[in-house]
Amino acid sequence: MVEEGDIRVVHRGGSRLTFREPVVSRDSRFLLCASGESVRVFGTSTEECIHQLRGHTDLVTGVLLRPSNHLQVYSCSADGTVRLWDFTDGILIKTYVIGCPIYSIYGSSNHDDVIFLVTPRLSDKRSELFQLVAVHLPQSGDQLMETRDVSAVLDDVSINPATIAFGRGGEYIASAQGLQLQVYFFKKQKSYRFFLKEDNKKGSKNTFTCVTCHPKEDCIATGHEDGKIRLWRNFNHKKEYTYSTFHWHHSAVSSLRFTPEGTNLLSGGVESVLVQWRYNQESERDFLPRLGAAITHIAVSPDGSLFCTSHADNKITIIRSCVEVSAVIQGLVKGDRVRTDLVVDPRSKALVLNGKPGHLQFYSLQRDKLLFNLDIVQQEHIHESGLQQFEVVKAAFDSSGNWLATVEERQQEDTELNLKLWAFDEQTQSFVLNTTISAPHEARITAMCFCCAADSRTTMLVSTSKDGHFKAWQQTTAAADPDDEGPSWLCDFVGAYHGLVPDRCCFSADGSLLAVSFQEVVTVWSPASWELLTTLSQPPGAIRDLCFGRLSCSKYLLGTTTKNLLCCWNLLTCSLEWSTAMDVSLLLADPVSENMAAFCCQAGFTDLFVFKPCEPRPLFSHKAVCSGKVTHAVFVPREETQESCEESSQWLNSSQLHFLTHNMDLMTFTTKAEDERLMASSQQLVIDDSVAMTPFHLLLGKHRQEPTEPVSSRSAERTPLLQGSLAIKELLQTPAHVLPATSFLCSMFVESLLVSVTEPREDTQAEEEMESEKEEEDSDEEMEPGTLRPARSGLDSLAVVEHVAPPPTKVQLKELRRVKKLDYSWFSSVLDR
Amino acid sequence: MASFKPTKIPVYPKLGEKVTQDTLYWKNYKAPVQIKEFGAVTNIDISPVAPHNYAVTAFTRIHIYGPFSQEPVKTFTRFKDTAYCGRFRSDGQLLVAGCEDSVVRLFDVGGKVALRMFKGHTKAVHVTDFTSDRYQILTGSDDYTCRLWDIPNATELTTYQEHTDYIRCGVTSKLNRDLFFTGSYDHTLKLFDARVDKCVMTMDHGQPVESLLLYPSEGLLVSAGGRHVKVWDLLKGGQPLVWLRNHHKTVTCLCLSSSGQRLLSASLDRHVKVYNTTNYKVVHNFDYAASILSLALAPDDESIMVGMTNGILSVKHRKSPEGSKEVQQQRRRPSYRVFVKGKNYTPKQDDYLVSKPVKQHLAKYDKQLKKFNVSKALDTALETWTRHRKPEITVAVIKELDRRGTLKNALAGRDEQGVSRLLHFFIGNLVNPRFAPVLVTAAEMILDIYQSVIGQSPVVDRQLLRLQDLLEREIDYQQDLLEVLGMLDTMFATCLPRKEVPCSGISRSNGLTQEEASSSRPQLQAT
Repeated sequence: MVEEGDIRVVHRGGSRLTFREPVVSRDSRFLLCASGESVRVFGTSTEECIHQLRGHTDLVTGVLLRPSNHLQVYSCSADGTVRLWDFTDGILIKTYVIGCPIYSIYGSSNHDDVIFLVTPRLSDKRSELFQLVAVHLPQSGDQLMETRDVSAVLDDVSINPATIAFGRGGEYIASAQGLQLQVYFFKKQKSYRFFLKEDNKKGSKNTFTCVTCHPKEDCIATGHEDGKIRLWRNFNHKKEYTYSTFHWHHSAVSSLRFTPEGTNLLSGGVESVLVQWRYNQESERDFLPRLGAAITHIAVSPDGSLFCTSHADNKITIIRSCVEVSAVIQGLVKGDRVRTDLVVDPRSKALVLNGKPGHLQFYSLQRDKLLFNLDIVQQEHIHESGLQQFEVVKAAFDSSGNWLATVEERQQEDTELNLKLWAFDEQTQSFVLNTTISAPHEARITAMCFCCAADSRTTMLVSTSKDGHFKAWQQTTAAADPDDEGPSWLCDFVGAYHGLVPDRCCFSADGSLLAVSFQEVVTVWSPASWELLTTLSQPPGAIRDLCFGRLSCSKYLLGTTTKNLLCCWNLLTCSLEWSTAMDVSLLLADPVSENMAAFCCQAGFTDLFVFKPCEPRPLFSHKAVCSGKVTHAVFVPREETQESCEESSQWLNSSQLHFLTHNMDLMTFTTKAEDERLMASSQQLVIDDSVAMTPFHLLLGKHRQEPTEPVSSRSAERTPLLQGSLAIKELLQTPAHVLPATSFLCSMFVESLLVSVTEPREDTQAEEEMESEKEEEDSDEEMEPGTLRPARSGLDSLAVVEHVAPPPTKVQLKELRRVKKLDYSWFSSVLDR
Repeated sequence: MASFKPTKIPVYPKLGEKVTQDTLYWKNYKAPVQIKEFGAVTNIDISPVAPHNYAVTAFTRIHIYGPFSQEPVKTFTRFKDTAYCGRFRSDGQLLVAGCEDSVVRLFDVGGKVALRMFKGHTKAVHVTDFTSDRYQILTGSDDYTCRLWDIPNATELTTYQEHTDYIRCGVTSKLNRDLFFTGSYDHTLKLFDARVDKCVMTMDHGQPVESLLLYPSEGLLVSAGGRHVKVWDLLKGGQPLVWLRNHHKTVTCLCLSSSGQRLLSASLDRHVKVYNTTNYKVVHNFDYAASILSLALAPDDESIMVGMTNGILSVKHRKSPEGSKEVQQQRRRPSYRVFVKGKNYTPKQDDYLVSKPVKQHLAKYDKQLKKFNVSKALDTALETWTRHRKPEITVAVIKELDRRGTLKNALAGRDEQGVSRLLHFFIGNLVNPRFAPVLVTAAEMILDIYQSVIGQSPVVDRQLLRLQDLLEREIDYQQDLLEVLGMLDTMFATCLPRKEVPCSGISRSNGLTQEEASSSRPQLQAT
């Protein structure tokens, strides 16, 4: 993507967390979920992202804990590879190349080193048919491996990952597709198929939506389109199978899970209620209502202490088994479309856009974290498909961030509108509802902006509507009456122009002019007296965007028209300064400089031009920023300005440009210098893996580290030993940044050269630990700095072994004895061989 | 997991006049006592001494009422024709009155027969008054003259022939025995000094003067004539100070409140307006049934007497302050100990604290909504008290049900009583512009649901007819309003200067109240 100098387009956070079911580690401390092209590891108690496992080149489509090693995890991706990771350290261990896109991954403890993948059926390239294949993972030390041992298990499976599940101990696998449930027994190599009728008498749909199997008994639970749950038993007979039906959900069941002991069944759907059914006593149910949005996946931790629910609003809720919410991991909520434009909160510099239905979300770009959701509608959200809900459609901040104006609307025969004004409350550090204006206009509001003059005592808001009027709302100063409850908002002026529909409005930087576009006419008003000062027009084509120049270019007014024209008017002469034929889909001004950005749509791709209204040449242009049309973008002022002297990147010094592509990816532009700075800062932050970096941890982390290390060394001992030569090879091949310090490595390296049979690479660190432990036991030795000690002892031992012939002195004898003591354990291991 | 969000009940600002200290003060009167007189009540005068009886001049009689009596305590009937302007002397012993037959009569309050008769005027005498030395009488007549009479001798002292039209009002100075003012239909007010033989000051009111009032300090004079009330500064030589144009018919009477802080004016337009005498803004307004001819305020504003053209004397007495004390008598509350019980217990070190979850309090209808019991929620919102006192709650619940898409379910399946209760609520609130958008949808749904059973219940049918009637009237009303709006638009458009700018003042007055914005039509368009 690098085209213009050193400025790159990069993804900036906000990827989807709930694409696939999250996975909880065995000790319930970590939560892994697929997020775009990476796997993210979260702490279940801290809600912080600990690692991001990057390496896939396409969407990650599944995450699976390795059944034989609970510290490793498989991930599969649409790029055709399965990767094995150590998620506690965030290291890629192996990559298996499958060769065709993978849509989901399954495994069970019964099938060691076999994983089951859903791939497109190889025989015909039509993408509608999928098959479940078993892949035997080859055992070798190579990082990158081709897998050839692929055998098809089931034909014609659904792409939905919830429709395949392993039965008790991995003895059988159940798969649902359409109206058919298929059970395959591995031992018997036989599959049974059960069919449901397409529609029962009441007209409800019987289509399978999800499947899960009881962990201890032969029982399969299936969820259906009409909200029914069926429990199938006795399914190893073609004829004598039975099922029982339970019904609570009013819409499709989207996810089903048994708890690890099989005592409870969890189900969820669009109602956003987690239902817990008692197994064998299904009339008893527990509910956890109002989880916020439709449940898409449910996951249960292996010890059964945690439940996780993924929601449609890009949220993962962690629930303790006693049915109470303990943590919420919330990503950037992306609805089907961004109704409010991208807005920046001047106080927190957070990106503000509509998120959950009826809410505004404040998203911190610096930390890639959702700060909070502001409830705008303040109504109980009814989870029912097809119901017209109130949606936040406009939001605007005043220049100081003290006032927020929002518009919510509900589509009906006649649109229901509410304009709300929120005041920032210093005490609670959030916005508090000040004034509600119901039905501010008779038709939909097309644009809204605050007067941006910094020094005015009262604030003014202008809204334009499809009913042909624009209205100015004025903040009343606190009335003289002591019983009045502070400032409120009143309509100050209603304006119209020839019965045309106003579309855009914009205040000049000093607040002395208001420009309102009425189709192809731009009217300029004086907000002080509400006089119509002048009209500017450049037919044909209605005005699409309108903005005033800033700072040194404040005499210019820029507008784009639907007929591919970018016009610049000089407000002093009231004439057209220049115009150019460009299909500008979006024009926006940088609030802290005189720069303007124009996104032009050309042949399916979007180009970016950054320019100053007073200069004929653009400052910066970038061809093909992304495919499709860019309709939402925003300049975010930087917290600290950068000093870049390159002409093409100067426009990024004081603010950053973020934009949303048509498939809702949040992108930004960065310079190379900034990238390097970020890299440097991330390297500084090398910190313990398992715990999120908090000030508390920085304080106490050192003390915590020491007791954990012996544990890890013991667990490492169990791993199989490898050839010494291999270890050296591995040592040389491993990237430098994952290796320990050279002072540690030196002694190990020398030792591995010394003895014909060496310790495995993984063991070296453990060996070193034991050495140091033994050293401490040695009473006649003084304590020395630990970092120096191993290196010296290693060198000493080398010297001793090589010069064994001359008679040893007393000191040498003592040294030798110590060395013998030291190496005792690995000598024994050598003898064992 | 968020908790249940209760239904939002919109807070509507109270429309109409703002509650101020003045409205509270002037509303604190009992329902009026109506006394029927024989003819139009032209004058009411209150005796300056306790018990402050008042003399009411109506047709050929003068009645004297006690402060709380509804029957006259005394009647003077010895008039040959219509009596005018019965007034007490400052000691309350004598009463003087003019008459249509040009004779001025002086009565002893205790007696019946006139003590003196002053003859000399040639036409009806509308103005009579005592001077402040109590031994002379001022009269003004339709023969354009005003005269001073000596009481002991019953002789005429002076005649002033300066006015050129009927003299219909006059007032003597309370501080100086020689000064008096007269107002005439020749549009002038004149100040006379008995020591000189002509007027010393003339002021032009601009319209026939109907009433005069002198401030207690006698620095300001208030005159009423035509539709206007004017205040004159006498110390500046009769300079007009304020011009009050709040009535739309002839102002007939003026009065000052006991504190001197409020000025009252009564008019043929059936209103009594109360002005603040510091800024001369109207602070309160009384409405009466007929055109008002006379007005009086008892000392300490204890009662307001108003006489009207239809011969009705309306007397309003101030409410006694002890009424509010009765409300405070309430049943005994639980003692303080009940509330602090267990609150001041300090837990010991090894006590295990069981935290109690805070229970969310929900209104009855919210509890039903939480359980998705839509019909029951509507029933609770339609309870009598809520329906009558807080219709906004009922409307908010209907709106919430509509938002949930379950309003039809909630409205359906009701019996005759339930439907008639709903319809009754609709009839009461459908034309309220705040509720109309919600209720119209609901009413349409009711018609849809119950159209098959229309005609089976006479109660419901009658209510439906009433609803139809109401809607028809409302439509006519709206049409009229639109016509008026159209007229106003044309008027404003012609008022506009040629310059192509909208007039900001008019559109500012179109400002909307807080938290409530009725959709307003644009007043102006830049053309």
